[in-house]
Amino acid sequence: MTIIEIPEFSLVMLVGISGSGKSSFARQHFLPTEVVSSDVCRALVADDENDQSISDDAFGLLREIASRRLKNRRLTVLDATHVQPGARPPVLALAREFDTLTVAIVFNLPLEVCQARNAEREDRQFGSHVLPNQQRMLRQTIKRLRREGFRQVYVLDSPEAVAEVELKRVPLWCDKRQDLGPFDIIGDVHGCCDELEALLGKLGYTRVEHLLYKPPTGRRALFLGDLVDRGPRNLDALFLARNMVAKGYALCIPGNHEEKLMRVLQGKKVTLKHGIEKTVAELEAIPETDRAQVIAEAKAFIDSLVSHLVLDQGKLVVAHAGMKQNYQGRSSGRVRSYALYGDTTGEIDSFGLPVRLDWAAEYRGSATVVYGHVPVPEAEWVNNTIDIDQGCVFGGQLTALRYPERELVSVPAAQVYYQPIKPMLSQADSRSLQQQLDDVLDWSEVAGKQLIATRLQRLITIQAEQSAAALEVLSRFAVDPKWLVYLPPTMSPCETSEHPDYLEYPSEAFAYFKRQGLSQVVCQQKHMGSRAIMVVCREPQIACSRFGLAEPAAGVIYTRTGRPFFKRSSDQEAMLDATREALDQAGIFKQLNSDWVVLDLEIMPWSAKAGDLVERQYAGVGTAAQASLAALTQVLGQASSRIPALSGQLQHQQQRLELVSQYRQAYGRYCWPVAKLSDYKLAPFHLLASEGQVHSDKPHAWHLEILSRLAESNPQLFIATAHQYVDLHDEASVTAAIQWWLELTAEGGEGMVIKPADFIVKGPRGWVQPALKCRGREYLRMIYGPDYTQPEHLIRLKKRGLSTKRSLAMREFALGIEGLERFVRREPLRQLHACVAGVLALESEPVDPRL
Amino acid sequence: MLLTIEAKLSPGADLGYLLHKHPDRAYCAELPLGKLHVFYPVVEPDRAQAAIWLEIDPIGLVRRKQDEGPSVTQYVNDRPYAASSLLSVAISRCLGSALKGRSPERPELAKTPLELKASLTVVQSRGGPELFERLFSPLGYKVKAECLPLDPRFPDWGDSSYYQLELTGQQRLSDLLGHLYVLLPVLDRYKHYFIGPDEVEKLLMSAQGWLEQHPEQAFIARRYLLERPDLTRMALERLLPVSDESDDGSHADAVEEALEAPISLNEQRIRAVLEQLELNQVRSLVDLGCGEGKVLKRLLSETQISRLIGVDVSIKELTKAEKRLRPDWLSERQKQRLELLQGSVLYRDKRYADVDVVLLIEVIEHLEPFQIERLTRTLFGEQKPPLVILTTPNREYNQLFGMPTHALRHRDHRFEWNRQEFHRWASQAAKQYGYLFESKPIGELNPELGPPTQMGIFSRQEAEA
Repeated sequence: MTIIEIPEFSLVMLVGISGSGKSSFARQHFLPTEVVSSDVCRALVADDENDQSISDDAFGLLREIASRRLKNRRLTVLDATHVQPGARPPVLALAREFDTLTVAIVFNLPLEVCQARNAEREDRQFGSHVLPNQQRMLRQTIKRLRREGFRQVYVLDSPEAVAEVELKRVPLWCDKRQDLGPFDIIGDVHGCCDELEALLGKLGYTRVEHLLYKPPTGRRALFLGDLVDRGPRNLDALFLARNMVAKGYALCIPGNHEEKLMRVLQGKKVTLKHGIEKTVAELEAIPETDRAQVIAEAKAFIDSLVSHLVLDQGKLVVAHAGMKQNYQGRSSGRVRSYALYGDTTGEIDSFGLPVRLDWAAEYRGSATVVYGHVPVPEAEWVNNTIDIDQGCVFGGQLTALRYPERELVSVPAAQVYYQPIKPMLSQADSRSLQQQLDDVLDWSEVAGKQLIATRLQRLITIQAEQSAAALEVLSRFAVDPKWLVYLPPTMSPCETSEHPDYLEYPSEAFAYFKRQGLSQVVCQQKHMGSRAIMVVCREPQIACSRFGLAEPAAGVIYTRTGRPFFKRSSDQEAMLDATREALDQAGIFKQLNSDWVVLDLEIMPWSAKAGDLVERQYAGVGTAAQASLAALTQVLGQASSRIPALSGQLQHQQQRLELVSQYRQAYGRYCWPVAKLSDYKLAPFHLLASEGQVHSDKPHAWHLEILSRLAESNPQLFIATAHQYVDLHDEASVTAAIQWWLELTAEGGEGMVIKPADFIVKGPRGWVQPALKCRGREYLRMIYGPDYTQPEHLIRLKKRGLSTKRSLAMREFALGIEGLERFVRREPLRQLHACVAGVLALESEPVDPRL
Repeated sequence: MLLTIEAKLSPGADLGYLLHKHPDRAYCAELPLGKLHVFYPVVEPDRAQAAIWLEIDPIGLVRRKQDEGPSVTQYVNDRPYAASSLLSVAISRCLGSALKGRSPERPELAKTPLELKASLTVVQSRGGPELFERLFSPLGYKVKAECLPLDPRFPDWGDSSYYQLELTGQQRLSDLLGHLYVLLPVLDRYKHYFIGPDEVEKLLMSAQGWLEQHPEQAFIARRYLLERPDLTRMALERLLPVSDESDDGSHADAVEEALEAPISLNEQRIRAVLEQLELNQVRSLVDLGCGEGKVLKRLLSETQISRLIGVDVSIKELTKAEKRLRPDWLSERQKQRLELLQGSVLYRDKRYADVDVVLLIEVIEHLEPFQIERLTRTLFGEQKPPLVILTTPNREYNQLFGMPTHALRHRDHRFEWNRQEFHRWASQAAKQYGYLFESKPIGELNPELGPPTQMGIFSRQEAEA
C-alpha cells in the first residue's frame, strides 16, 4: 500500500500518458470540483474533449479556474498529461503566484496497459506513434520533477500500485486553526531572560525548574521569535522557550535572528553584527565537551519552528514581522521571508537598515495579526494588527498580549542592554496610529455595493447607487467623518387608525407591541423641533485623543443627515459649552467614567433650523390658501344669492377656510425667534454612548432618568422628556395613555413616540421596531395638507403601506447601533464610516416621505 | 385657484355668450386633477363678473403615477391655490371657444375690445412685482399687484412670494384669456406635465400675434419652456426675424448671445491651464470636481493628451458630463480616451493613481474649511501626482465685480481666499509634502487687488536619495 500525504491546501499535478488512469484516479480520491481537467476544458470551449487545435484556449481556461480556486485557498488537482517539458513551468508559476505547495503524482504504467485502455475508447483512436512518444517524455519527466521544483513526488509503477493508494490530507504546518488558545503572546525577548521570567511571573506562570515555567491552567505562552541576540542571556531565552514548547506549555515561531543563528550553527559564514556576536560569545563560553550537544539541540529547535501560525479558527495570525492577508495560511519562500523580515522595499535607509513598508496601514484582513520585529514605543492596534515589540533590549519593555482578552502586560527593562542603531521614534502626535491613518479614507473601500455585517441584522446590503448618493452628501455637506459616529434611523408611524376621524391613534401602536409579545412600553412626548446628534467632549483635547481630529474641539452638533446643525460655529460652541457644564454638574461624566458622551436629542424651536422651509412652504401655503379661499367664499356668497345651488359649495368652502386657520395655528406653535442661547430648548432622550459602552443595553427608563438631570442642572436650556409607562395588559393603563395623547395633541402637539421598555427587543416574531410614532390630528395638517381631515380626503389617505418604512427603520437602527459599537471598540474609521454611510444610503430608498 | 373677470357691457348677461356658460347657472366640469367651476357673482344691465374657479384635488396631485407628470411630493403645497399651468389647461379645455374668440350668438361682441378687469387672488412671482409690469404692460394692461404677507403673527418673516393681481384694460375677452394662458405658467415656473418639442409649437400658436413684438419674448420663451436651452433656442429661432438672402450664421450667434452671459474669465482660466499642460507635456490627467465637464470638453481636442479622467462626487453632474462628452455616436476608441468616475477629493483613489497631473479647477472653494486638511493630506500625501494645477477665486477682486464685502461668487462656495491666504496654504502644503509651489495670476491684473482668479502649480520634488 502506498500512502500519499497531501497538504490540505496544495496544487496537485497528475502526470501520465493518455490512458494511464489519471482521471479515474482523480474521480476516486478528490471531489469533482477539486479536479480541473484539460479534457473537460477542451469540451467547455469547443464541445470536443479531444480537439487538440484549441489547446491554448483550453489551458487558458484551466489556469483561470485553477487561479480562482487557489486564490480562495482551495486544493486544486490538475488533470492533464504534463509530460511535455513545457507543460510544467506554468504549473510551478501558478503555485508560486498563490504561495501553495506542489505535489506531483506520476502514473508510470506499462505502455501496453495504456494502449489497451485507449483501444477500448472510440474517441481515443490516434496515431500509433503518439503513445510511445508520450512514454518517452514521461521517463524524462520522472527524472526531472524534483529538480524542477516539485516538493513532493510520488511515482506509481503499476495498476496495482495505483489501486492500492491511500490518500491522506494533512493540514499545513502553519495551520493551527483548531488551537483556540487562550495565549499569552510575548514579543521580541532578545536575550532579556530576566525580564522574560519576570513577565511570565506577572502573567501567572510558575517556575518548575531552571528555564521551565508552567502556565496557569488552560493558557499557553506564544513566543514571537527573536529570542536571541543583543541581550545578556540569549541562550537561556532560547532554551526556556524550547523547554516550554517541549512540555506543551508554549508555541513558538522564529524571528530573523533565529534564522541567522541557524546559519552560524550550521557553520556558515555570517557577519557577527547586530547582536549575534553576543550569542556567539555565549556559545563559545560553553565548555567544548558540551558545546556540540547544545548546538545540536538549538538547531533541532530552530529547525522545528514554522514561520507563521494561523490559530483560533483563523481569527488569529502570528508572525515575527507581520503577515499580510493574502499570505496567511500559505507556504512559500516569500511567505516565510515576509514572516521573518516583513515587507521591505529592498532599499536601505540612512541607518543602513532595510526600508520597511508600513504593511499594517494597508492591512484589511479579518484575522487579528500579532507581530514584533520593529521596536515601537507603544503597542498600538492598527487595522486589527498589533506590534508588541517594545524594545526591551534597548531599554524599553518586554510586552505580552493576552489573547483573546487583548490586554497588554509589560515588564520594564532593567537597563539598556544594547544601543539601537536608529532611535525609537516617540510620537509627536497625541493621536493613535490608527487615528492618524484614518486621516485618509479610500474611495474603493466605501463606494459601490456594500455588505455590512451587523450584530442585530446580520448582513445589510447597500446598493451601489444608494452608496453613491450617500457619499455625495457626506463629501459635500457633512461634518468631519471622524465626528460622525451615529446617524439616527427613520421611524415608522403606527398603523392607520380605524377611527373615522383619525389617521393615527395610539391604539394601533399598542396593538403592534402586544402582537410582538411585549407587555410594557414607554410613551414619550414627541418634541417638534429638529433632530440632532451631539458629541460632547469633557476637554477639547478629547476631540484629538479619542475622536482622532487634528485640532482640539468641544464636540459637534449635527443633523440627522450628518450636516452641521448650526451655520455659525459660535452657536455650536455656546450650546456645547452649556451642555458640558450641565453634564458635569449632573455628575454624568463621572458616573459613566467617560470623557465624552453622544446624545440623541431634539432641538427646538423647529423654526430655528427649518426656518427657510417654514417660511417658504408652510407659511407660504397658508398665505395662499387663506387669500384664495377668502376670495372664493366672497364670490360664492355673492353668486349664491342668485344661484341657490351654490349655497352648499359656499358652506363647504367656509369650512375649508376654517381648517386653513387651524393649519396655520399648527405650525405657528413650533416657531419662535431665537436671539440668544436660552431661546433654544434641548430635549435629549437617548444617551447613546460613552467610553467603552453603547447604552443600548439599558432600558429607556435609565436614559430618561439620567438625562432628566440635565434639565435639573439647567432648566433654561434643557427640558426633560415627558413620558408614561404603559402596561399593555392593563386596560386602565392603556386608556390613561390614550387620554394623555389626546391632551398632548389637542392644541396641535406633535404626539408621542411609543417604544418598548428596553432599547433593543427581540420578540417571538423577530426584532421589534425600536419605536413607533403616533402623531396628533392637528399636527398632521402640516404633513397631509390643511384639509386632510375632510372625509373624502381622509378615506383615501388611510390607504398607506408601512412595510417598506418598517423594514427600513429596522435596518437603519441595526446600522446605527453597529456604528456606535464599532466606534466604542475603536475600530478603524472606515468600519464606522460604512455604517453611517449605510444609514444615509438607505435614506435614499424611495419611501413615502410622509410616513 | 380663482380668476374673476369683470366686463363692462350691456346687457351684462351677454358675457355668457362670450364664455359659452349660462349666467344663471353654476357650471362644473370634471378634469383629471380636479373640477373647473364657472359662475357669475354679478350680472347687471351694464356689467357682469364671471368667476372661474379650479378646484384641485390635492391628494390626487400627490398620488398620481410617475408617468402622468412631475410629482408633487408634499401634500402641503400651493397648487390648489396659486394660479398656474393647471388653470391654463383648464381654460383651454373648458373655455376653448371663448379662448378662440368664437361666439355664434354675438360674433361682433367677441371681436370688440371691452373694458375688462381680471383678478387673480393668488399668483406667484419669484421675479418680484415688477415682473407683472414687464409682462402685461406691453400688452396694454394697467397692472395692480399687491403682495401678501407671510404670516401676520410673524412680521419678521416679511412678505410671501404671492401677489394679488389685478389687470385692467381694453381687450377682447379672447385676448385676455390667451394672454393668461401663456403668461400664468411663465409667472409660476412650474408645469404639471412633462414638456417636449411640441411645447414650442403650443407657445408659438397660442401667443401668435403678440409674442413677436413683445419686448420680453426671450424671457417668456425661456420661462414657458422651463429654461430648457434646446427648446428655447428652437422657439427664438422662429420668433426672431431672419433675412432670407444671407444666412451667414450671425443669426444663430445672436441667439446664443441672447442666451449666454460673457464667459471670458472662464476662457482665460482654461487657456492658462492649457498652457501649463503643454509646458509640462502632460499625457494623462484627472479633472477632480469636473462638474458637467466644461474643462474636459476643451481638453478633449488636445490630441497629445491620451488619457482623460473626469471625477465628480455628484452623479447628476456626471450624467450631464456623460451626455456632453461621451455622446452615443462617439467611437469606442474615442470613448476610451475619456473616463468619467464618481469620486471625491476627500478620498484616496487608486483609479487615477498614475496620472501625470491632477486638475482642481475652481473646486477647493466648494469644500468646508475643515475639509481642506483632509484634501491636502489625501492629494499631496497619498495620491502624490507629479503635478497639481489648481485655480480658485481671489476674494480681494470681488469688489471690482461690485459685490458686497462678505458676498461669495457662488451659492455653494464655502469660502474664498485672498492672495495671502491662498499662498499660506499652498506653501505649507508644498513644504510638508515635498512639492514646489508656483503661483500665477489669471485674468486682468489689478495693481492693488490682484487677479480675479489665482492659479497654483505644484510640482513634486524627487525624493532625496
